[in-house]
Amino acid sequence: MRVGLFVTCLVDLMRPSIGFAALELLEAAGCEVYVPPTQTCCGQPGYNSGDRAAAQALAEKVLAEFEGCEYLVAPSGSCAGMIKTHYPDLFADSPSLRARVERLAGRVHELTDFLANVAKLEKVPGALRGRVTYHDSCAGLREMGVKAQPRALLAKVPGLALVEMGECEQCCGFGGTFSVKFGAISGAIADRKCQGIEATGADAVVLGDLGCMLNIEGRLRRRGNEATRVLHVAEVLAGTTGKR
Amino acid sequence: MQVHSMHFKARAGTALGDATLQANLQKFGSAGLAALRAKAVDAYGHAAFEQLRDAGAQIRDRSLADLDTLIERFEREATRRGATVLFARTREDARDLVLEICRRHGLKKAVKSKSMLSEEAGLNEALAAAGVMPVETDLGEYIIQLAGEAPSHIIAPAVHKSKEEVADLFERAHAKPRKTDIPEMTREAREALRTHFVSADLGISGGNFLVAETGSGGTVTNEGNGRMVTTLPRVHVCITGIEKVIPTLEDFATLMRLLARSATGQPISNYISFFTGPKGRDDRDGPEHMYFILVDGGRTNLVGTDMQEMLRCIRCGACMNHCPVYKTVGGHAYGWVYPGPMGSVLTPSYIGLENALDLPHAATLCNQCGVVCPVKIPLPDLLRKLREKQVDRGLRPWSERFGLRIWAWAALHPRIYALGAWWAARYLRFLGGGLKRITKLPLAGRGWTLTRDFPAPEGKTFRELYAKRKRG
Repeated sequence: MRVGLFVTCLVDLMRPSIGFAALELLEAAGCEVYVPPTQTCCGQPGYNSGDRAAAQALAEKVLAEFEGCEYLVAPSGSCAGMIKTHYPDLFADSPSLRARVERLAGRVHELTDFLANVAKLEKVPGALRGRVTYHDSCAGLREMGVKAQPRALLAKVPGLALVEMGECEQCCGFGGTFSVKFGAISGAIADRKCQGIEATGADAVVLGDLGCMLNIEGRLRRRGNEATRVLHVAEVLAGTTGKR
Repeated sequence: MQVHSMHFKARAGTALGDATLQANLQKFGSAGLAALRAKAVDAYGHAAFEQLRDAGAQIRDRSLADLDTLIERFEREATRRGATVLFARTREDARDLVLEICRRHGLKKAVKSKSMLSEEAGLNEALAAAGVMPVETDLGEYIIQLAGEAPSHIIAPAVHKSKEEVADLFERAHAKPRKTDIPEMTREAREALRTHFVSADLGISGGNFLVAETGSGGTVTNEGNGRMVTTLPRVHVCITGIEKVIPTLEDFATLMRLLARSATGQPISNYISFFTGPKGRDDRDGPEHMYFILVDGGRTNLVGTDMQEMLRCIRCGACMNHCPVYKTVGGHAYGWVYPGPMGSVLTPSYIGLENALDLPHAATLCNQCGVVCPVKIPLPDLLRKLREKQVDRGLRPWSERFGLRIWAWAALHPRIYALGAWWAARYLRFLGGGLKRITKLPLAGRGWTLTRDFPAPEGKTFRELYAKRKRG
């Protein structure tokens, strides 16, 4: 299986170790992984800011980089959701591009969805002693249907116990540029999420999107919580949480 | 109603700092209306409810596609049954029509059941100025009328008030000993309202739907006040949006199955009232004169556009009950009649994009609203379209446009982008210091670090590490 890894711009800049964790997991699942060296961003910041032209230009770029792959996999429900559910809308007026984009969209997966449902990964390399809780990111859950997949994979991690938080499907308040345009509101929403996480007594919150990750970690630390770790599901599954 | 939507951010800031409001907003927590809806959907069955949502969306789409002929049919049927059907192009026209009806019939006191359109038209102020006393009879509306406030939620207008605040208001208004037992408080309000019901000569109601085949209006209430308003006074005026016409009573029934469940988790509301024409010769009660005022107020501007889906809205409030932003700042921050996601689409659509610049951006696009909307309005998509319209009309600040242009240009040029990322990874890592977190970001990032730390990057980009690894 030839899989194109869409690293995402936030993983590239903020958490390269998560990109390598995703790479290792895909290889462990027997995939031949191709990482297009020219990839940058899926275009979501432009799309959500009303700059349709910028989003279209980037979508065409992603299309050209990945359409030769059997699958496109991203360690992010948000970027995968952008490509799968919003790219077709971007080319509503251009039938040939739209057809190409739709062919790609059908092969786009969020990482855990791909590992659980397509590659059917049996054994995960990682191990983690402790209790964790899982935050469902909005785009992963509501655009990509990611709910059972990360939980099924986490259940395979030796030593790990999952304890659900209240309102795990509630938005963490990130929302892309919303988090800086309306910092006070965004922080207050994140605070509710942090309270939910802390109420579980979990050692770590695990999630699948960098936006939520930075937001929740940032708010936890500002609240004075130094103990609760914030981990990407890829690094937990790959067993690379200590590497950063 | 005055428009304050340009001040969303400032009003939201005030709301965040208001400890009483924040405590009252806890009502939207895990035992709130959203939880009641979830229980009702469980009981109905998820697959069946999804089918119902499809059916609801189809009914509304069919109605909107056929709006002109449906309105004509409604007018014909309602007129045939003795009602007068009037049309108002603007909110001001609607207000003037009501005042004209008051003059014609010499009316002095109006009892009102809930109508958001009356809020749009600023009807209470206009009635009072014209010497007609308006009395809100929906309990929540009654409370905020006593407080001199606007509704903060479309179906729970006083949800931002605590029981204690209401007790204070009642003590002052009713001149009776202060009560804090809710059934007792309700009884006291009921007694106060009774005298108004029997002495009013005008009843003003909204209309959840207008049924074209019978020329009827229909309302949904839980307190029965709608029935009093539409039958006791000698004149009844139903004021509603022009988009509320649906073809048949069968359609009404389908939409009812959706509305109450989505709004309050009830299988059906306590009262569903239909009004069809004035009192007939053999009727024992009912108004002598019955008017329908169908208000455009910006609605037809959306028909046939990429925003038309918004007109499906059946005003259940589920979108706000599930909205992380609404639940954090409350309804008044939105600055006009309609709050939450539906308000953030409707307000700029009705009062002008340039008069509500923040609202389309005041959302995380989490789509919690979209997945609960009973008529499947893609609210995040519509908010995004409004953002695009702002960009197209040059309404965004130059700094934001400039920033986006630079970002988009760089992202299209991988070598330049890689250089930028290389630099940013190191610069932010440096800012993060020993604790690997940034407590104060520069430029637009200040908005972030106002309430959160910013975790520092690892220091090198994936692309450089991957290239190195490939080189071996």
